[in-house]
Amino acid sequence: MAEVLVYVDHVDGAVRKPTLELLTLARRIGEPVAVHLGPHADEAAKVLAEHGAVKVLAADAPEFAEYLVAPKVDALQAAYDAVSPAAVLLPSSAEGKEIGARLAVRIGSGIITDAVDLEAGAEGPVATQSVFAASYTTKSRITKGTPVITVKPNSAAPEAAPAAGTVEQLAVTVADSSKGTKIVSRTPRESTGRPELTEAAIVVSGGRGVNGAENFPVIEALADSLGAAVGASRAAVDAGWYPHTNQVGQTGKSVSPQLYIAAGISGAIQHRAGMQTSKTIVAINKDEEAPIFELVDYGVVGDLFDVVPALTDEVKTRKG
Amino acid sequence: MSLRIVVCVKYVPDATGDRHFAEDLTVDRDDVDGLLSELDEYAVEQALQIKEAADDAEITVLTVGPEDANDALRKALSMGADKAVHVEDDDLHGTDALGTSLVLAKAIEKTGYDLVVCGMASTDGTMGVLPALLAERLNVPQVTQLSEVSVDGGKVTGRRDGDTASEQLEAALPAVVSVTDQSGEARYPSFKGIMAAKKKPVESLDLEDLEIEADEVGLEGAWTKVEDAAERPARTAGTIVKDEGEGGKQLAEFLAGQKFI
Ligand SMILES: Cc1cc2nc3c(=O)[nH]c(=O)nc-3n(C[C@H](O)[C@H](O)[C@H](O)COP(=O)(O)OP(=O)(O)OC[C@H]3O[C@@H](n4cnc5c(N)ncnc54)[C@H](O)[C@@H]3O)c2cc1C
Ligand SMILES: Cc1cc2nc3c(=O)[nH]c(=O)nc-3n(C[C@H](O)[C@H](O)[C@H](O)COP(=O)(O)OP(=O)(O)OC[C@H]3O[C@@H](n4cnc5c(N)ncnc54)[C@H](O)[C@@H]3O)c2cc1C
Repeated sequence: MAEVLVYVDHVDGAVRKPTLELLTLARRIGEPVAVHLGPHADEAAKVLAEHGAVKVLAADAPEFAEYLVAPKVDALQAAYDAVSPAAVLLPSSAEGKEIGARLAVRIGSGIITDAVDLEAGAEGPVATQSVFAASYTTKSRITKGTPVITVKPNSAAPEAAPAAGTVEQLAVTVADSSKGTKIVSRTPRESTGRPELTEAAIVVSGGRGVNGAENFPVIEALADSLGAAVGASRAAVDAGWYPHTNQVGQTGKSVSPQLYIAAGISGAIQHRAGMQTSKTIVAINKDEEAPIFELVDYGVVGDLFDVVPALTDEVKTRKG
Repeated sequence: MSLRIVVCVKYVPDATGDRHFAEDLTVDRDDVDGLLSELDEYAVEQALQIKEAADDAEITVLTVGPEDANDALRKALSMGADKAVHVEDDDLHGTDALGTSLVLAKAIEKTGYDLVVCGMASTDGTMGVLPALLAERLNVPQVTQLSEVSVDGGKVTGRRDGDTASEQLEAALPAVVSVTDQSGEARYPSFKGIMAAKKKPVESLDLEDLEIEADEVGLEGAWTKVEDAAERPARTAGTIVKDEGEGGKQLAEFLAGQKFI
């Protein structure tokens, strides 16, 4: 069966969930071969094997951390040359898209980004995309070269599928021309202990209606009662009430959880662009005319400072 | 020597309008107003600030798009860019990301550049790949997704705020930069700027000028093919209740019914 390269997104060997989703999708079109760049490939390989990786191509070089993106493209290209895959799949993160794009130029292939589903077709894999702020669903394929496709988080439920997952070292030469952009320093983000926004099953977001950083704990308390991630509208982020990393929308994160709760958010098109594919949508807003109500499965017209704490209490009671 | 800045700007259908696909599954541009992609205003703004900080710099705005894309160039010129290049050709209809990057790269090389500035993503295709594609094609450093950028002494530096870390980047010119909407509000064109823009030069180029064959771009030459585009079915109207003291409880009831609690 044809092999499919899967680019592994990990933090020091801890594989992130979107990669497990990629492995699941990859099995629909061939045999997944994972490409692990950076340290702790052996740790990662265990998890990758459990999810169907027949092989793990591993490379570690200081250049991956010292320079932006391009050395990783060199490595992925080496994997591509070694395997001659039927397709290359990457997560739709900023970096995943950039690596995929540059690889596509090098191997003379087309690229599809932000796929939300993937299936085998008569003429190669067919990708589903959700476009124009999720108002259209398209199906596309790549007509030249080896398909390079990036997939959004939460596009598939990771399935266990034990495979060999044998680790093989990949020889990588980083070209001088790939050392153009130096990473001078790096400040890691502090963990909040809450689920990762794009991976969470439930997201609770606050907007301008939250009316101040000092009130965001109201949103956080609801999120914690549900085991949810916290999101924010750009209005709330621009006002400095919540970090930009939590922004949901066109220029923030795009999320697709089982449940999205919007409190004090009007539902502007740019916000919708990032949450419209959520399975169940709930809104709390004191303006019954707010456009967010057009999207909801359940809406409460009311003051969030009454409704949200009451809901939090109720959730806690029910969960005992 | 003068710092030559090229800003790539895209003309896109208004996101607040009713965007849809034409019969050939390309974006229907006749039916909805177009404008300069809002995220490219941030690119123009940062280019203007880089110019203001430099001794001597010149900003060329570049677009690949149909006749109306001229509007996007005018807007950028009225904000303060110096001149414009418009790549326009009937054979460009339906060009995908690989094709667009080919055309932009050739036009950038023809114009001459030290720094290319892009937006983080267009507001229609929203791929966010063009800057990386350009860096690859031009074989220069990519310094992308910056929320802060400056140019000094032949070097570009900037801050990239990622998922797991915030990185400080540095590269020698020439380079391709992309900036996010966190980089700073874009200025409004002044009346004076709007009047001045009318007199600024707009150079028009076609595929022949760039030595690109028609079958390398357009629908025919595309590396990708859209096979189907369906409007998402309207959501069925949800339940909406007014909070009269019981709103939180009612919502909890709904969530429990859906097995979220
Ligand atoms: C290029 C571009 C990119 C953008 N990207 C994004 C993006 O990624 N994400 C994003 O969110 N936005 C984005 N925006 C901004 C977007 O257009 C809106 O301005 C923004 O989403 C509004 O945020 P909001 O809904 O919190 O605020 P508002 O629109 O001001 O709405 C606040 C809502 O809160 C309600 N409210 C007030 N008080 C209460 C209360 N006590 N209880 C209950 N309800 C209350 C009000 O009725 C109102 O509906 C972008 C804009 C542009 C131009
Ligand atoms: C809904 C939709 C989905 C699409 N999906 C795909 C796909 O999966 N694969 C594919 O190959 N193509 C796709 N295309 C086509 C693709 O979007 C365009 O060819 C395109 O111009 C490049 O991608 P982008 O607009 O998403 O640019 P991005 O990569 O998001 O744009 C980043 C920056 O590049 C610059 N830029 C982009 N386009 C231009 C331009 N024409 N002129 C000047 N500067 C520009 C701007 O500075 C912009 O801010 C899609 C188009 C649409 C409308």
